[in-house]
Amino acid sequence: MTPRSIGLDLARRDGPAKVTGTATYAYETAVDRPAYCHPVQATIARGRVTRLDTAAAEALPGVLAVLTEANAERLASTEDGELAVLQSAEVAFRGQLIGCVVAETSETARQAADLVEVAYAEEDHETELTADGDYDAETTGDVETAFAEADFAVDQTYTTAMYHNNPMEPHATTALWADGTLTLWESTQGVHPTRAKVAEVFGLDTERIRVICPYVGGGFGSKGLPHANVVLAAMAARVLPGRPVKLAVTRQQMFSLTGYRTPTIQRARLAADRSGRLSAIAFDVAEQTARVKEFAEQSGKPSRTMYAAPNRRVAHRLAALDVPVTSWMRAPGECPGMFGPEVAMDELADRLGLDPIELRLINDPAEDPESGKPFSSRNLAECLRTGAERFGWADRGPRREGRWLVGCGVAASVYPVNRMPESTAVIRFSGGRYTVDIGAADLGTGTWTTLPQIAADALGVPVDEVEVRIGDTAYPNASVAGGSSGMITWGSAVLDAAAVFREKFGTDPADGDEAEGSVSENPEQENFAMSAFGAQFAEARVHADTGEVRVPRMHGVFAVGRVINPRTTRSQLTGGMTMGLSMALHEQSVLDPRFGHVVNHDLAEYHVAANADAGQITAEWLDEHDPHVNAMGAKGVGEIGIVGAAAAVVNAVYRATGVRVRDLPVTLDKLLPGLSPGPAL
Amino acid sequence: MEPFDYRRPGDAATAVRTVAADPSAVFLGGGTNLVDHLKLGVASPGLVVDVTSLTSSEISDHDGGLRIGAAVRNSDLAADRRVRERYPMLARALLAGASGQLRNMATTGGNPLQRTRCVYFQDVTTPCNKRSPGSGCSAIGGYTRYHAVLGASPECIATHPSDLAVALTALDAEVQVLGPVGERTIGFGELHRLPGDRPDRDTVLEHGELITAIDLPEAPIAVNSTYRKVRDRASYAFALVSVAAALRVENGIVRDSRIAFGGVAHKPWRATRAEEVLLDAPATEATYRQAAEAELADAVAVDGIDGGNGFKLPLLVNTLAATLRDLTGEAK
Repeated sequence: MTPRSIGLDLARRDGPAKVTGTATYAYETAVDRPAYCHPVQATIARGRVTRLDTAAAEALPGVLAVLTEANAERLASTEDGELAVLQSAEVAFRGQLIGCVVAETSETARQAADLVEVAYAEEDHETELTADGDYDAETTGDVETAFAEADFAVDQTYTTAMYHNNPMEPHATTALWADGTLTLWESTQGVHPTRAKVAEVFGLDTERIRVICPYVGGGFGSKGLPHANVVLAAMAARVLPGRPVKLAVTRQQMFSLTGYRTPTIQRARLAADRSGRLSAIAFDVAEQTARVKEFAEQSGKPSRTMYAAPNRRVAHRLAALDVPVTSWMRAPGECPGMFGPEVAMDELADRLGLDPIELRLINDPAEDPESGKPFSSRNLAECLRTGAERFGWADRGPRREGRWLVGCGVAASVYPVNRMPESTAVIRFSGGRYTVDIGAADLGTGTWTTLPQIAADALGVPVDEVEVRIGDTAYPNASVAGGSSGMITWGSAVLDAAAVFREKFGTDPADGDEAEGSVSENPEQENFAMSAFGAQFAEARVHADTGEVRVPRMHGVFAVGRVINPRTTRSQLTGGMTMGLSMALHEQSVLDPRFGHVVNHDLAEYHVAANADAGQITAEWLDEHDPHVNAMGAKGVGEIGIVGAAAAVVNAVYRATGVRVRDLPVTLDKLLPGLSPGPAL
Repeated sequence: MEPFDYRRPGDAATAVRTVAADPSAVFLGGGTNLVDHLKLGVASPGLVVDVTSLTSSEISDHDGGLRIGAAVRNSDLAADRRVRERYPMLARALLAGASGQLRNMATTGGNPLQRTRCVYFQDVTTPCNKRSPGSGCSAIGGYTRYHAVLGASPECIATHPSDLAVALTALDAEVQVLGPVGERTIGFGELHRLPGDRPDRDTVLEHGELITAIDLPEAPIAVNSTYRKVRDRASYAFALVSVAAALRVENGIVRDSRIAFGGVAHKPWRATRAEEVLLDAPATEATYRQAAEAELADAVAVDGIDGGNGFKLPLLVNTLAATLRDLTGEAK
């Protein structure tokens, strides 16, 4: 395949529909006589509902149904505790669904939900993560001896906060149960995975469920797995056959119902000789999961593969607490897991008196330390060197500009190349054009635009002659947009379909000719370790009097294989970096352990970086050729941009101030005690 | 949200009579706070009386100062040339608040009456003495990052969120009020209350009293004034602490000052002790820090989740000193 359309800087095909407001999102789906569903949520963290009085709610004019554990249908499967909605009177976390009201208007539904009276038998709850407890450790070599004999060592504890995905479009569903078929217009990162899960939970054949989602207003992982709201919407629709039911999760409700990233407590230890060569890496991380459903954030993963060291330990502790369900958030595992270790590398460089880039270059492994396999491509060193030049690393401070203390920091990024062995594409020729059908998702990532680029090259035709249809289970099965695997997976299926098509019909097909292709495991995985790499640079300015932190510029250099579309790629990378900046300086879900819920549960109090916080954030990529990852030579770009970004910012703040903050976010109260206010020197 | 009646009377006097006659009635100005509260269940009025077109939306010269109609939008007030030249702290306070969209909606009369952003006040599933008198204060022992260090009570440690109100306090503004029994004038510094045992009452306004205008007195000192807001992100965040300050320095000696703090108390905090320390003292860093420390002599930090709010004390000292330092530089 010769890349002709691949690599073109094409504007988003869905752009005009989005900016003119004609792109239809799940909640906006035009349906006849919709009813509206509003959840009732538990206000205790653990215990049992003893009484649910729905009389006042039912008496409200316009109320169509009130569902509770007492009258809700029994689900076919309650194996997934998050989705076992209204199946028991037990309360496993504050904010859990304990009922819902369906009404003629959303206002009536919301008012009636407030009228449901609930009594509880409350039990003591535990919602606070601690580092104490049992760890599952994997060890190679003799870590403790290496530390005992090391010339230099770093042994520090770092923490990342609890984070909530806050896409612009909150989770929303329009559900219609009619003629024995359930239709869900759902904001999701995967129509087929959602369908499969809903089918399992309700005990329905997948043929009886259709999930439609042409556009998503952001997901970042929070829409990768169906959450309880989908089940509730489907339940509500089943009690009103023939009437569509709409359920929009409110911003506040998202903080208990639609997943979040666990807080982490990380102990990172590095041992090195005088030259900076690492002899041991040890990384112990404590995380939480909900009692109701286990989800283990794989934060130790990147430490296994990042740097060479003969002695290694990675240990996880997963504490089951009375908290909402943890789930995917951009780069689960790698994002929190590259925070502590990449700050520890900076601390080690500082102690050694080495440039932190040099320290990383010294320890750049020739092969994957975990598997011993060669890397299909590993250009971390080149990313660091190129970035240093572009960013002006030589001039990294510290220096003082008026009242501002200025310094720069660096950190590395990594994200594995993932491919799902599941997706099918159908290519059809009609009216002189090719149409590709695949149930893929575009959650703002660019699929509407990039998939045609791949198809065009696979078919050897101009991109204008290719149309794609995605976001509907009416099209062939597609995997979830998650793990930065979407484009790799769906693109591979499209490549296969194009090959089959050309083999069957040649280059001069007849109207109506159609071929199907799919994707399998990458056999090269047996031979190679495969990851994307990057280097992130940040400049921090800290106000000497107030400790306010500003980051005027960040630059990322990434090695992500062949880039399908520079415009959407840049958007993904800088978007990830911006989220990383936000993690470094702002984001923090404050869980009040007395109540068991996040109390800063809206966008006024849960701060994400706003325009004024995001300065000049730029990304570039190396001209990397990797024939092993897939026929396109492309690696995923959705998540690597956030990995390492927070560490780069924290390292920059240290360079500027001499104050090492190890607990995110870096807020001014953590810097103030280490600053010297007063008149300019 | 509960249903409510909505009325838009023809004049302010009718609006006042209407609200005064109905204990469940409220005035609606820009709605930037009330509408949130309706949705959250924090407010559930039976009657909403829209006054946005009933008071003046003009800024006029008045007794050497300015009279600002209660319906003047925050964005218009911030952009007014007279305000920017004669009361720069006021324009800067306005621009430090909220977002462009909110400033286009928020009014001069409504902004000072916005309620605390205490997360527990805004969450009806938690106890709050301000929202439900007698239910308890969840902030004490909870998340106190944005809470008071001055003038709090065992009943309530909330802070007042308005930036505009801090500047108006420093400027000795006067509030023109129309009530069911006629007009009265309230000094801006007396408009807001400390919580005491009635944290549900934010201000001294009686039910039915409507702010019709706010007057800025003539204040030559205010030409050398500014507003410094310290917050957790560069825009669109409430103050951790803020300082409104005006300073007159002659021959290295402070001859006059106006200082108020935001983000530290249940009301905009006029720093009279600091002003006393500054008066006729040398315009030096040491004086400025002394002034701040004097004002904070009775301050009480509150422990809490995520470290509490003790950081506000050194932060306020540094911020006041830095602000006065800047104003000293500009005065030279």
